[in-house]
Order: sequence, then C-alpha cells, then structure tokens
Amino acid sequence: MTRFVVRRVMQMLIVLFAVSVLTFLIFNVIPGGDPALRLAGRQPDPGQLERIRQDWGFDEPLYVQYVKTIGNVVSGDLVSYSTQQNVWQELKGRIPRTFSLAIGAAIMWMVFATALGLYSAVKAGRFADRFLTIIALIGISMPVFWVGALMNYYLGFKWEIFPNGGYVPFGEDPWEWFYHLLMPWTALSLLFIGVYSRILRSNVLDTINEDYVRTARAKGLSERRVLVRHVLRNSMVPVITLWGLDFGAVLGGGAILTETVFDLQGVGQYAAESIGQLDVPPVLFITLFGAFFIVLLNTIVDIMYAALDPRVRLA
Amino acid sequence: MSAQAPEPGAPLLAVEDLEVAFGTEGGVVQAVDGVSFELKAGEVLAIVGESGSGKSVTAMTLMGLTRSPNARFGGRAHYRDTELIEASENTLREVRGAEIAMIFQDPMTSLNPVHKVGDQIVEQIQEHEALPDQQARERVVELLEKVGIPRARQRVDNYPFEFSGGMRQRVMIALALSCNPSILIADEPTTALDVTIQAQILERIRELRDETGAAVILVTHDLGVVADIADRIAVMYAGRIVEEGTLDEIFYDPQHPYTWGLLGSITRVDRPRPERLPAIAGLPPSLADRPVGCHFRPRCPHEFSNCTEVPALTGDNGHRDRCWLSAQQKRELREVRPGEIGLGAKAGAEAE
Repeated sequence: MTRFVVRRVMQMLIVLFAVSVLTFLIFNVIPGGDPALRLAGRQPDPGQLERIRQDWGFDEPLYVQYVKTIGNVVSGDLVSYSTQQNVWQELKGRIPRTFSLAIGAAIMWMVFATALGLYSAVKAGRFADRFLTIIALIGISMPVFWVGALMNYYLGFKWEIFPNGGYVPFGEDPWEWFYHLLMPWTALSLLFIGVYSRILRSNVLDTINEDYVRTARAKGLSERRVLVRHVLRNSMVPVITLWGLDFGAVLGGGAILTETVFDLQGVGQYAAESIGQLDVPPVLFITLFGAFFIVLLNTIVDIMYAALDPRVRLA
Repeated sequence: MSAQAPEPGAPLLAVEDLEVAFGTEGGVVQAVDGVSFELKAGEVLAIVGESGSGKSVTAMTLMGLTRSPNARFGGRAHYRDTELIEASENTLREVRGAEIAMIFQDPMTSLNPVHKVGDQIVEQIQEHEALPDQQARERVVELLEKVGIPRARQRVDNYPFEFSGGMRQRVMIALALSCNPSILIADEPTTALDVTIQAQILERIRELRDETGAAVILVTHDLGVVADIADRIAVMYAGRIVEEGTLDEIFYDPQHPYTWGLLGSITRVDRPRPERLPAIAGLPPSLADRPVGCHFRPRCPHEFSNCTEVPALTGDNGHRDRCWLSAQQKRELREVRPGEIGLGAKAGAEAE
C-alpha cells in the first residue's frame, strides 16, 4: 500500500509538471500572448510596455519566468495580469461552488445511470429498453448550453419553478443550496446519464450470460439478489473508470458550460473568462488544479477496482 | 451394480414427455423432444449423448434455468409434490439449491470471481435456512472438508481465483450439497478437468451419494465416466432418448444402433489399438431441421422403410429403446458379443 501511494504521488508530480510546462509554453507562443499587453491597459505606449516587461521580469529567459510563476503558485502569490487580483484569493471563493456542482451531479448521474442501465438490460429488446435507448440518445445529443438555456428560460424565468441561476452556500441554507443547484446538476448529468447507462447496459448483458450468474440462479436466489450481487458488481468496473475521469474533470472546473449558463461563478467559469483574456496565471493555476483532481480521482478509481474485484492488487 | 435397493413407493422425480423448444433466428430449435424418465432415491442416472443431443437442456430445464422469453416448454416433471415445468418462479426458487442442486461443467467460470468461496456457499444456505452467520460458516468449513479441500478453515476466505480447477469443482460440489438436496444434477462435472482429477471428483460424488442418499443425474458424453458410477443410463440423440437401461444392459446388451456406434467409438486399453478410432459416419442433425421419423435414420447403416415413422420407446423391464428393428435383427446385426464392451467399426464408418 505504501508503494502504491508513493508511486501515485510521483506520478501526480510528473503529470503536474508536464501540464504546467505545456500550458506555460502555449500561452507564451500564441499571437497576442504578450502579458505586458494585459497589464498595460488600453493603448499603451512602447515605453510603458518596456517598463512593465522589466518590472515583471518578462524579459528574462522563459525557464526563469516559469520557475518564478510556479514559485508564486506554490506560495499563493500568483497575480492575474488582467485584473491584478490574487489568483488564489479569487479561486478560493469559487471552489465551494464548483465542488457543490460536481459532487451533486456526480452522485446524480451515477445513481440514475446505474438504475436506468440495469433496468434497460433486464428489459433488453422490449419496449422499456427501446424507449430508454431513445431517451439516452436524446440526452447524449443535447448540448448542455442549450438544455441549460431552455431550463433557465422555462423553469426559471417563465414558470418560476426554480431560481434563475445563482448560488447559496450550503452552510447558509442547505435547502436553498439544493434548490439552486438542482437545475445545474440536471443539465450537467443528462449527457453522462445517457452515456453511462448505455455502457452499463451492455456490460450487464455480457455479465448476465456468465456461468456464475447461472450458478447464482441455481442456488435459488431471488432475481434481485442475482442482479445486484452477481451481475451489477461485475459490470461496474468500466463505468467506475469513466466516472473517476469525468468526476475529476468537473471537480477541477471542467463543467465550463454548465457553470457559465447557470452563472455559478465557479472555477470553470473563471477559467473561461481567463482564457478569453489570455490571462496566463489563472489559466495555469486552474489547469494544475484540474489535473490534480483528475490524477487524484484516477487513484481513487484504482482503489475502487481493488475493492470491486479481488483479483486486482494495488501496486 | 444395478440398483437393487427396495423402492419405497413412487419415484423421486418423474419426467413425462418433456419438450423444450427455442425460437431462434434460424427457426425453432427443438432441443428436447418427448423425454421421459424416472429417478429413484439414491440412484445414479446417467444421461449420455453428443453435444447438442439435449442432455444439458433437459437437466437445466428441471431447475428452470432454461426459462427465457423465447423458450417453449411442454410435458411434466414431478418432483415429489411439485410440478417443475409450470411451477412459478417463487416455487422453483425454493426447490433450486435446496431440493435439487446442480454442478456445472466449467468450474473455472461457474463461481463468481469477486466473492469469497465461503460467502458464495453461505449465501445459498441462508437463502433456504434461517441460520446465523457463524453456524452457516461452520457448515461451509465442514462441507469443504468433506469434499476434500485441505485447510478448509483458511480456504473459506479465499477467492475462486486462488483455487485450481479441480479444487473449484470441489467447491461447486460443496455448494451443491450445502442444503442436503435430494437430487444432485451434475452437468458434465469432469469435462473441464484433467483425467486424474476426474477420477477423484467422480469418487467424491459417489461417496457423497452413498452418505447422503441423494439421487444423482449425471449428464455426460463420456462413457468412461458413466461406467464408473452410473446405475442406469439414458442415451439421448437429437433431443430424444433412444435407449434406456441399466449400466449392464446398455454396455453388454445394447439395442439401438446409435448406442452400438457410441460404444464402438471408445478406446479400450485392454484391446489392440485400432488403426483409426471408429466413428459414427455423418453428423448429428440440426435441431432446427430434424429428419422425419427416427432422428438417427440418416446415419444409421440399418435403415429400412419403417424408419420414416418415429419408433416408440419400448422394451421390457425398464430396458427400452427407440428402434424398428426386431430383437432378433438387432442381435444379428450388432457386432457385440454378450459380456463384451465395445463394438467393431461399421462399413463406411471411416468417413469423417
């Protein structure tokens, strides 16, 4: 177990290093990427730009700039070039919003995808299965910005069933927190429910023909017990893999569209704004933040594998 | 060898005219076609046949394991007071595992890889009996010891992948016996195992039959296995029983040409080795498109005009067969002498 943890931490450091170098390089070579332009405001004269370059160290070699920037990331002193705000301070307020969105949605899509996928497999070929197939395809095909906009318009604005965007901290009022997040959760989950339930359905159909499922039936177990204990558990592995990756991405601010459509002011929305302004420090910070969660969730997924299937050993 | 034990009343299991058909894309497959047999307590009945003869389907149908939306069933199977073919799923669940238990062909895939073997057996025990965890576990340890698993107390907590094939089949036997079933169905229990392990497993099944008095239905294509432990044999071909009798009757006085062919195709260690192992010419018919009349007709060297009608399963004293040839003709045609197992090759039998 110690070996496993050490190896995973090493892997994470390598991934974070690679991701930060790449992000840093990309934003330095794209046209108009000059950070001095961001800092100087509108219509700067060449003298100003030169001064800014010297003050901020943009005239130094790239690797020196990189090391400095990473130093600032670690110490929490990183400052946005566009707004000159401290990136960590800005991000800190947004993390609970993004986490609320991610955790709620991840639970929602996993629960619904499992239930619908299993049901679809049990009813394979019958009306319920075909109906769910169509529903899943619709869910997969609908872009989140469109669904989100429709929900906002009808459920939020026109019929006033749900609040129109916004976020209430959980600590302030748990019900309002839930109530405000229900629409974003749903919009974000639709795609995942569609994809996951399809994958689970085909896995269940593969597993249900296994010899050990026949053995389970021959033991006189109820169909429910056969399905849950002997079929579902063996069908979950591929779905868990995907879930880890997607959940990690959303935690790290990957749900940019959802956050923006519902104006959640989360990490993803911050990333979108910063990318629009070619503002390297927040982009770099959020990229590292996202990469961290993806690697972390992958590690958790590996631990879950070992729990689901005893043949898997952690090493 | 044959069952001489006094029979108290009715048989344990009576199968009458069992029919199983599956609707497939290639048409209706009549897997089992009018199979009838009886099983008495403590008896070992072997159902012998090639792949696709319907022997496994017959066995699994008794437990309701072939039920599916495109399967059609006919006939009856009475186990004590329960009719199995039309029984509700809930009735069947009480029978499965507790009254009739099954050992499957492939021990490598028949146990769930993600659960401990002990838990898999406990699961069955607790499904049928209100037994506390600790006691159920104790019974599992005893069972594992009984089927010959060393260090059973530690092994209960192992996973199937930590056992060899032979050991897994022992676990399957322990599982099958865990609720003291009256009938044990063994579907090719030794096919996936190597020969030395085969003998051990068969020995185990026989001992357990003697100890518990359970009747055994042994489904196999291996006449060697049958010779070891069967009391009675039913030979199946293309969904029908073509001959049924005691072990001695089938081996020493076979009546059906298919049985002759089967016996002729076994290798014998006590005979000179033939140039080439005799085989029955041709292939078994497709069950979706079966020959009219006797199913064996297209491969039978003794076919004549009567054979386009289905012969009835008839005979004296429980030795029955489905063939139009007279007893006299059979005695003349078959190349087996009384007291001798195995038959010579037929003309044309060399064809693949």
